[in-house]
Amino acid sequence: MANIRMTVNGRQVSGVCDDRTLLVHFIRENLGLTGTHVGCDTTQCGACVVDMDGQSVKSCSILAAQAAGSTITTIEGLAQNGDLHPVQEAFKAHHGLQCGFCTPGMVMTAVDMIRRHGGNLDEETVRAELEGNICRCTGYHNIVKAILAAAAEMGGSRQAAE
Amino acid sequence: MYQTNYHRASSVQEAVEMMSNVPEGKYLAGGMTLIPTMKQRLAAPSDLVDLRHITEMRGIMVDGRSVRIGAATTHEEVATSVEIRAVCPALCGLASHIGDPHVRHMGTIGGSIANNDPAADYPAAVLALDATIVTDRREITADDFFTGLFETALEDGEIITAIRFDAPATAAYQKFANPASRYAMTGVFVARRDNGEVRLAVTGAGSNGVFRHRGLEAALAANWSPDAVANVTVDASDLLSDLHASAAYRANLVRVMAKRAVAAA
Ligand SMILES: Cc1cc2nc3c(=O)[nH]c(=O)nc-3n(C[C@H](O)[C@H](O)[C@H](O)COP(=O)(O)OP(=O)(O)OC[C@H]3O[C@@H](n4cnc5c(N)ncnc54)[C@H](O)[C@@H]3O)c2cc1C
Ligand code: FES
Ligand code: FES
Repeated sequence: MANIRMTVNGRQVSGVCDDRTLLVHFIRENLGLTGTHVGCDTTQCGACVVDMDGQSVKSCSILAAQAAGSTITTIEGLAQNGDLHPVQEAFKAHHGLQCGFCTPGMVMTAVDMIRRHGGNLDEETVRAELEGNICRCTGYHNIVKAILAAAAEMGGSRQAAE
Repeated sequence: MYQTNYHRASSVQEAVEMMSNVPEGKYLAGGMTLIPTMKQRLAAPSDLVDLRHITEMRGIMVDGRSVRIGAATTHEEVATSVEIRAVCPALCGLASHIGDPHVRHMGTIGGSIANNDPAADYPAAVLALDATIVTDRREITADDFFTGLFETALEDGEIITAIRFDAPATAAYQKFANPASRYAMTGVFVARRDNGEVRLAVTGAGSNGVFRHRGLEAALAANWSPDAVANVTVDASDLLSDLHASAAYRANLVRVMAKRAVAAA
């Protein structure tokens, strides 16, 4: 058995699980944070994307034991004091979701994409960067629009803050 | 997934020791091949020895034109390395097209090479760049390292610690990606040295995994131009045939990717 300690959404957490337990199951079942989804068993859909130590990862393909000691942000950790994160706002404003199953992974992926590219994102880059995330509903178009809008807004607000 | 025992090593020596004390262990680097394989129950190691926290296995060093990449360096770190881009941008481009961003944040060069998937990208680069594979106990040339489908010269318990090569005068990689998986249906890495020597390695196409194509190498050494490829025959009898493409189709792709690679170099 593994004795896991990590920081999740700013909180120190711990739990006991099998060495083989996947990070996504630890997050959902031990921590009760069910926003992170499982959509496939082939590491291809991206519904499980979380941030680990500052980078997006597929939590269905990492053991909880591998992630021990790390700092994790899940979809539940994005909103601050009840205010949606700008990427969440943009998905809402641009109808970037229908059933919502892929959305937590899409939003976490978008946050990571904007972290790496800043306000310089263009449509082609966004589409290429969505390689690891599958959506059965939207046809991606409004997801791309939402990410571009959020990138512009966050790039803009960063400039305003400087 | 079957039960397994997880161990985290903090040095190469400790990892080798841990491995020697367990019945059927496997090293775990980024886990982007091994964990999905274990989830499918296609692998069932009794123990996993995690290499990701071994600092001596991480990082990139470029000294003049000689490049050393720690085996636990991620695809993302290679893709965005300013030092490598300055001497061998083709390798950054290759790394930036492996899988997706999340896979690139975890997957490592050492894991990719140790796994030697016949459709993986890095083996083509390592072979064409005439790289040296550094392990905990010896150095292996790329020509001796890849020995067949998912087969390498690594012994039981041997760890790749780094990949080393001298940057060529020019190089390029072109991959014809499977539209669904993005793995190479055929990928060609070509490298040309200052003395005119050319090495060209093909991934995704060989029924025995990655290979050098001597005919294309000779033609390009004689005439470094995309047109030089036109008169070379690529024998389809050693190539893979599967639901994605026939051997004849892949034979043509080898020439087309070689031509594009030379044009891009
Ligand atoms: C969705 C998806 C898409 C992908 N697309 C591509 C693609 O387009 N092109 C491509 O090339 N790859 C692709 N991959 C595979 C990816 O590049 C893997 O990261 C890589 O093949 C294995 O590296 P790893 O660090 O994850 O190794 P792991 O999965 O941890 O290990 C793989 C094997 O190597 C062994 N090993 C690992 N490190 C060492 C070491 N230092 N010394 C000795 N043995 C070691 C392990 O024991 C294991 O047997 C994809 C993977 C996924 C999940
Ligand atoms: S559940 Fe992780 S990629 Fe599909
Ligand atoms: S909104 Fe339904 S899967 Fe994307």
